[in-house]
Amino acid sequence: MMCDQSKTGSAGQNAVLGPSVQSSCLPPSKGRSGVAEASLLEVVLRINRGDHRLSIDPRATLLDVLREKLNLTGSKKGCGLGQCGACTILMDGNRFKSCLLLAALVERRDIMTIEGLADGDRLHPLQSAFIERDAFQCGYCTSGQIMSGIACIAEGHAGSAEEIRVWMSGNLCRCGAYDNIVAAIQDAAGKKEAGCDGAF
Amino acid sequence: MRPARKKRVAMGPFDLHRPTDLNEAISLNAHSGRTDVLSAFIAGGTDMVQLLQENVLQPRRLVSLCGLLDEGIHMDAHELRLGAAATMANVAAHPDVLLHYSLIAEAILNSASPQVRNQATIAGNLLQRTRCPYFRDVGYEVCNKRNPGSGCAAIGGENRWHAILGASESCIAVHASDLAVALVALDASVSLLGPKGQRHVNLGEMYHLPGDTPHIEADLKPGEIITAITVPRYAAGLQCSYIKVRDRASFEFAVVSAAVALDIKGRQIRDARIAVGGVATRPWRLPQVEAKLKAAHLDINALDAAAEAATQGARGQGHNEYKIELMKRAVRRALETAGGFR
Repeated sequence: MMCDQSKTGSAGQNAVLGPSVQSSCLPPSKGRSGVAEASLLEVVLRINRGDHRLSIDPRATLLDVLREKLNLTGSKKGCGLGQCGACTILMDGNRFKSCLLLAALVERRDIMTIEGLADGDRLHPLQSAFIERDAFQCGYCTSGQIMSGIACIAEGHAGSAEEIRVWMSGNLCRCGAYDNIVAAIQDAAGKKEAGCDGAF
Repeated sequence: MRPARKKRVAMGPFDLHRPTDLNEAISLNAHSGRTDVLSAFIAGGTDMVQLLQENVLQPRRLVSLCGLLDEGIHMDAHELRLGAAATMANVAAHPDVLLHYSLIAEAILNSASPQVRNQATIAGNLLQRTRCPYFRDVGYEVCNKRNPGSGCAAIGGENRWHAILGASESCIAVHASDLAVALVALDASVSLLGPKGQRHVNLGEMYHLPGDTPHIEADLKPGEIITAITVPRYAAGLQCSYIKVRDRASFEFAVVSAAVALDIKGRQIRDARIAVGGVATRPWRLPQVEAKLKAAHLDINALDAAAEAATQGARGQGHNEYKIELMKRAVRRALETAGGFR
């Protein structure tokens, strides 16, 4: 589950990680972490307005849980180190890099992924803007760009192309679709200002 | 260009403790500010998760501070008090910080990315580890910070990123935090809480020089955590500038940075505070520059002449001599900006 090479979800997990480590030299733990060995934690994660009860390795990042446990593969692992932003999601309305969050530390937070944006066939205005402005080529960074862009607009940081470039600097695009990404965000920000929708 | 040596593997296993009480968290004896620890703390996690993913840190126990620390930001007649768990984003957006301690907001907004600033705590930012590529790549066994006594690969290696101030024969790695530079310029202190109780330490003095123990970075005992950062009221309302020079326009660490805060009355500089980053093994005040500006007349020639003193004691390591002149110019630019000449 933790390696980039893992192809399966939870079924392959123990094979990938190896046997649990015996750590009897450590005192029995208190709090909610369970027994002394490095074992699975029971957590409840709230994703796209639904609650999910899961058994996870303490090392699991939110990104890994989304992709490997919940099949929400819209969020991408571009670097796994918080540098590219392809894994950006919203948590309590703010933008975060899901590869930098340990899943066990975000219980009960209100998490939204790219999959949670559209209402059936009705796309979020920023999703529509990305299509109208041709704001993606390979699409790998796109989920993260859109989630980050939604927050950028909601924060009030989309007042100009220059401001958008500064406030979107946590999201990289190797295809170089930046100009169109900025245009899409400007379009959607303008629609928001004009009061066309309540999606932000 | 130095080749990467380490192959990516998974994080090593650890027990994750999520205590519901601060005293319980402290009793678990996690130890911040050094690499050779069995137990480590995690708060925001933006640096810790990177260190774990790259196996730089391999603790057997991780103690979460989530929900246990003060997130508040309060200013009163004596000081600005920042809870350790206040996020970078919230501190940089706070009206009292923007109005009265703008250097802090400037330093923060020049750091990281919006997503990281939402997640990162300010105390964690102060305790982040160096970006030295040899430290961060465990494929290099030679690193006195990770393997005490093994040597320093940057000395005699690729060192354009490294320190021209505060270096030793054991380590030339630069401290990475912009916020720390701004806070040291403003005489900030930290409140620490540990198994033996509470104490307060000047932030600049909390950081150790590498000396011959570069694996010990901060004056923190086992179990000790930062609970708050305080900035004195006398450092409020100054004319400030934070200049950060880096290889990219955003989302990149400093090659050189300068934090300046001037106490100006009329056309006279009553007091000057200057600290530099990207160039030293810990945030670095420049008292020799400050001394030239105390009671000086506010004119651009005085500022430029004072900046000349910035390079005193600076020493290159082979690839970073450019930082000496660049640091002087960054200090001059920050002085001119703070002084209202730009």
